[in-house]
Formats: sequence, structure tokens, C-alpha cells
Amino acid sequence: MGKAIEVKGLRMSFKDREVLKGVDLEVKRGEIFALLGSNGAGKTTIVNILTTLQRQDGGIATVNGFDVASKPQHVRHAISLTGQFAAVDEILTGRENVILIAKLRHLDHPSQIADDLLNRFGLMDAADRKPSTYSGGMRRRLDIALSLVGKPRIIFLDEPTTGLDPEARIEVWKIVKELADGGTTVFLTTQYLEEAEQLADRMAILHEGRIIASGTLAELKQLFPKTQVEYVEKQPTLEEIFLAIIGKKEAI
Amino acid sequence: METEKTYFFSDVSVMIGRSMRHIFRSMDTIFTVCITPIAMMLLFVYVFGGAIETGTDNYVNYLLPGILLMAIATGVAYVAYRLFMDKQRGIIERFRSMPIERSALLWGHVLTSVVSNVMTIIIIILVALMMGFRSSAGILSWLAVAGILVLFTLALTWIAAIAGLSAKTMEGASAFSYPLIFLPFISSAFVPTDTMPAAVRAFAENQPVTSIVEAIRALLSNQPAGNDIWVALAWCLGIMIVAYLFAVRAYKRNAA
Repeated sequence: MGKAIEVKGLRMSFKDREVLKGVDLEVKRGEIFALLGSNGAGKTTIVNILTTLQRQDGGIATVNGFDVASKPQHVRHAISLTGQFAAVDEILTGRENVILIAKLRHLDHPSQIADDLLNRFGLMDAADRKPSTYSGGMRRRLDIALSLVGKPRIIFLDEPTTGLDPEARIEVWKIVKELADGGTTVFLTTQYLEEAEQLADRMAILHEGRIIASGTLAELKQLFPKTQVEYVEKQPTLEEIFLAIIGKKEAI
Repeated sequence: METEKTYFFSDVSVMIGRSMRHIFRSMDTIFTVCITPIAMMLLFVYVFGGAIETGTDNYVNYLLPGILLMAIATGVAYVAYRLFMDKQRGIIERFRSMPIERSALLWGHVLTSVVSNVMTIIIIILVALMMGFRSSAGILSWLAVAGILVLFTLALTWIAAIAGLSAKTMEGASAFSYPLIFLPFISSAFVPTDTMPAAVRAFAENQPVTSIVEAIRALLSNQPAGNDIWVALAWCLGIMIVAYLFAVRAYKRNAA
């Protein structure tokens, strides 16, 4: 098991504001890694540096074995980025969007690739419509489908479920799990703790520019004092009620 | 240095295909661009034209080059708009994190802008013909005119690219084009510069639009264009190169 991502002493400032003050983290191949943090903690800055969009001020970051600062083009071959907003072309149809990315990745048979991905993401019926007619969940699915064109080894998902309704969020979770089952490394950022709990093999908490805790969920739980057993009447959460009513509970 | 194989031409042609679809699915943008220049042409020919002394008997012939430049200045604003939308929707970030030629997206938008401006120019020339525009120019002169207009379009399009990439708001992205649209008024495009006050005249005679207008006018009326054509070419190339460098820089800096 090699390392998919390795970050040491990463520093980044914007004007006089120090956003990252020496971040260390490691992501193993094939795992789902969640970076947790509140809004403005610097999660997106880390994603931008790892996906070669921004150059760090200090420290070292390697992705798929390549240094992001000196070998960005090699890194770009191994990754794909799904940003905070669904980055789909509004004027092209769903199918044309996938074909566009396939051509830009210089793949053979772009329309075959489009058919496969649209099928897999349940977008076949909407393939020839513009994304402006899609629901939020469908747009996100198309967005993630675009990121999978060319089967990149490492996928970055920056707050993939922010702004989605619960149903669409569960769809995205399912997709992420399937990706990891297929051997893809997933690096995701989220502000929802439940999302990390549901998905991540390992997670790290970014707070005030540093990673203050990292490990598996079990390891993080050990940081707390020994559990005391209490009996509490379990009330269903509103989300569970909502999902039960609309009959999507089995998807969890 | 990285010795990665790049696919400049194939990436650029894919990007052109994308932005051409944008244009052909919103043909109204072409017609909207035509409206103001055509209205100006009608206004100047049928309202003011009778009172303007240009030393020619055909005012449409005199006016057309300036109108064409005005149309181009209007048309390039859509490049700023489209690039701004790409930036807003995260499409630029997606492309920049992919192993594609860095400037391909920009070239795609820019070359598409040339195509759409050519369509605009053809429509305006057709209208001008109906209004009495006549030219005795031969095929070579027409090619030279086409060349100057394409260069002018490229120069302004790269300026538009800077505006689209660095703007914070939609309004900011298109505001840059207003001064460009009005530049022809303070030039020899509508009236000869002789009657202008000294300071205005000095500006008018030394700004790019005048030499470009004079060069096109000379070419279309089969007169020797003389120095104007070289001055016009130097302006277009100079603006294009400087704007290109700044646009690529703005693109590379572009991360939310």
C-alpha cells in the first residue's frame, strides 16, 4: 500500500492572513479520506494546492508520487477535481459535457464513454437535455461523472454534498463508496461530521491552520474518555423520518 | 522542465467546438451585436450625414470602416461574458486541474470570437450595400481589409479576455467595452479631424482607430493606403501581444 497523497509542513498565507500553518497528512491508496473543518478553515485551500490550482508558500505536497509544485502536469494526469459548485457547461447537453471532457483527456471512443457513465449515474434519460433542466442531485451526479472520465486514480471532492437535499446526499455517498470499492482513492472535504462518519476510512480535523486530530473513527473515539453506558430512549431524527416517508431508507 | 506531450491543436479545436456551440445555440447574441452599429449607421447617414462635410459624395463609404470597428468592440464583450461565466461556474478550475494545454480554453474563446465577429461584419456590410455602399476595391484589397479586421478583433478579444478573467462581477466583465465602443467617435471614423480643437485633434489623429479606419477606407476606395496600413498593423499587433500576455497571466492566477 503506497501513499496516494503525502503532505508535510504545508503553509499558505493570503495577504497577511496565515491560512495553513504547517499541515501534515497522508492518504493511503484506495481509501476514503475525509478532511473535516468548519467554514473558512482552509479545506479548499488544501484541495487547490493538491490539485495544482494554487502554489503553496511552503512545505511539500506529493500526489501519486509527484511533487505538486515541480511536476503539476504529472499530478494532473492522476487526479480529478469536483469543486464546491457543479462545474458543468450549461449550454451543452449532459452527453456533450461528458464527450467534451473525454476529448480533452484524449481518450478513444468518447461517445461510448459518455453512454457508459450516463448509464451508470442514471442520467441516460436526461442525456440530451441541458443541465439547467436538472435537479440539484442530477447536476451533482453529472459533475461527478465528468470527474470520472478517464478513470483517474485519485479523486478530490470538495464539499460534494453541500446544498444537496438528503436524498441527493445519500446518492452521492453511494457513488463515493462504489468508487472506493473500485480502488479509487477519494479525498473529500466536508463540514458534516455525519458524512465523514458514514464514508471515511480515515479522517483529519483541520482547525486554525493545523491538523489537530487524525485517524480512523475508532481512533478518534479513543481520544474521548471511556464511554459510560446510559439508557436513552431513541427518537428517530427528522432525517430518518423524512427518508422513511419517501421510501428511500434502504439506500443508506 | 516537464517533458509531457501536449496536444495544443487538438485541445484548442475541442475548445473551439465547445464555444461555437455556445454561439450557435444563442444566435441572438450575433444579432444583438449588429443592432447598435446598424442603428448608428442609419442615424449618421440619414440624419446627420447631410450636414457633415467629408469631401466625399458617398457618406456610407466614409462611415463604414468606423462602424465595423464599433461592431467588433461590441462583439468582443461576449468573450468577457463567457469567460466570466466559466470562472463563476468552476469550469476554469476543472480545466486547470486537467492535463490539457493551459491556454487552450482561452484560444477556443478567442478564435470563436473571430468567427462570430466575421458573421457580424458580413451582416453589416450587407446592410451598408443596401444603403448605397459601393467599393471599387479588388480581391487583394478586400483580403487586406479582412486581415486588418481580424487582427483588430484578436487584439480587442484578448483585452476582453483580461476583463472576463479578472472581473469580480458580471457588470465589471462587460464595462471595459464601453470606452472601446466610443473610441471611434473621437477619431476620423465619422468626421474628418480637421475641425476638432487642437488637443482633441492630437488625440484623434494618434489613437489606433484613426489609422485603422484610414487604412481600411483607402483600401476600399482603391487609394494608396500609404503609412496608415503599417501604423494600423503595428497598433493591432502591439495591443494583441500585450493583452495576450496579461490574459494568460490572469488565467494562470485564476483560482477561487
